[in-house]
Amino acid sequence: MWEQIRSNQIRSVVLTIGMGVLLILIGYFLGLAFDSVVAGLVIAILVWAILSLIGYFQGDSILLSMHGAKKIGPDDHPRLYNVVEEMKIASGLEKMPDIYIIDDPALNAFATGRDPNRASVAITSGLLQKLNRDELQGVIAHEISHIKNRDVLLMAMCSVLLGTIVILAYYGSRFLFFSGAGSRRSSSRGGGGGNIIILVVALVFMILAPIFAQLIYFAISRRREYLADASGALYTRYPEGLASALEKIGLSTGQLKAANKATAPMYIVNPFRGKSLQASDLTSTHPPLSERIRILRAMAGASFNEYDQAYRQVHGGGQGVIPAASLTAETVPVRTLRLEGETGELNEIQRARETSDVMWRLSNYKTIACNCGARLRVPPQFKQPQIKCPHCGRTHQV
Amino acid sequence: MPIAVYVIIGVVVVLAIVFWVLYNGLVRLRNQVKNAWAQIDVQLKRRHDLIPNLVETVKGYMKFERETLEAVTKARNIALQASSAGAGERAKVEGELSSALARLLAVVERYPDLKANQNFLALQEELTSTENKISFSRQFYNDSVLRYNNQTQMVPSNIVASMTGFKPGEFFEVTVAAEREPVKVSFTQ
Repeated sequence: MWEQIRSNQIRSVVLTIGMGVLLILIGYFLGLAFDSVVAGLVIAILVWAILSLIGYFQGDSILLSMHGAKKIGPDDHPRLYNVVEEMKIASGLEKMPDIYIIDDPALNAFATGRDPNRASVAITSGLLQKLNRDELQGVIAHEISHIKNRDVLLMAMCSVLLGTIVILAYYGSRFLFFSGAGSRRSSSRGGGGGNIIILVVALVFMILAPIFAQLIYFAISRRREYLADASGALYTRYPEGLASALEKIGLSTGQLKAANKATAPMYIVNPFRGKSLQASDLTSTHPPLSERIRILRAMAGASFNEYDQAYRQVHGGGQGVIPAASLTAETVPVRTLRLEGETGELNEIQRARETSDVMWRLSNYKTIACNCGARLRVPPQFKQPQIKCPHCGRTHQV
Repeated sequence: MPIAVYVIIGVVVVLAIVFWVLYNGLVRLRNQVKNAWAQIDVQLKRRHDLIPNLVETVKGYMKFERETLEAVTKARNIALQASSAGAGERAKVEGELSSALARLLAVVERYPDLKANQNFLALQEELTSTENKISFSRQFYNDSVLRYNNQTQMVPSNIVASMTGFKPGEFFEVTVAAEREPVKVSFTQ
């Protein structure tokens, strides 16, 4: 049950191979334009290989620095650190992932890293202050499941493949269009008409390939989201935590800065929700939030089996989403309820203050609490040894 | 007769490979159980270390809860002594410590000053999280034991297991009734 979900992997591998075939066909048609199929293939493979190497070795740091994510330690935000460690233990992950906070009011989170031993989870400060402990646990469990199921590398490599196809098709179609116009003149001298037909086919293919590639990519991503939800419920033994977090996320409309189409499947919810509310099922990287929530709430227990039953119930029968290999007959009881406001739980205002304190500290600001109740934030550029409280006039040592 | 010889050699080689794969699978599962047990151990130790700190912080504020505090300290000492016992025995004493702690944290509600103390809040977060880590590591441990035990009992790996002496693992079950039931708090002082 905790093992890698094999049949799902096979499915993903087949879909990925599908994308690979698209890439090779693009290279082939590109080669026709050069009158050398080998050259086209070599260019396609070379571009893909270079982008893959960059993605493999630098992908996580590029993604994290793109968002201005800041790494935190156990003392910066004890609750977040503890929750991640709890989920690391529950999932049986061997190494503690790095934790990053993104200073952004949008509500989102993602996991990255090339293998389970070099993984990171990132969460926006907006989400961090919005969620209570159980909800935070649900979100982190979902992200840790992506790491544990090795979705992170697969999705990163797929997005590189997709990116390559898009780039090659973009330049290839333009190149073909103009060289095609040129070769018509030359063919009137001696060549046959078959050449033009091939070029037209190539051109049409170049236009369609990125669309196909994207559909395949979305299909891989959506299935992985359901699975991560199921594993998240299993790790926490508490599906309601994730359901209620998704509900809170669903109520907000803010979009994440610095998100783009290629990286969209890496987040816990689609970062472009605001723009395309009626995006159809095929062209969406994530299953609709309301559906994910309904499935989680319909679960009778916390096992994969019960997630699958809930999925079928929500979809009115039909095929389940969890591969048969990992379905067991057992049921896993849900953990007993804990309510917000019970011992030690901070309310939303306290959480907001806590999070903003962390963000200031991470930007190297010093915080001085004055006796009058004011709190001074001293920027790192401030070089004077003393500072005056603007509220009451007391002087403080920096 | 060379064909028969080849067949025999082939069968022996196939059997050896099957044995090898099954044996390695069992070893992997057993190591995972050991690993999961070590995880529980780390968290239980962490809880034992946190308690004196907690009692020290709380003592000044709580004037009427001497019995509750003593119960926690006592349960901790018993648990500390049992720290090299087997899973079943440990689960019992640690379960008692859990319920003593839950009683203590429940009466904290009566002391608003204490709830405003930064030091106590930090301790409480640590303690809550340690409790969670204990239950999550127990969850993972029990799942590992279940999988390992299934392997040692199911055909064909049970043959390999009995030949090479793999013993079934012991579950870490909470046997104390008090931890399963909600904590009752009486507000008489």
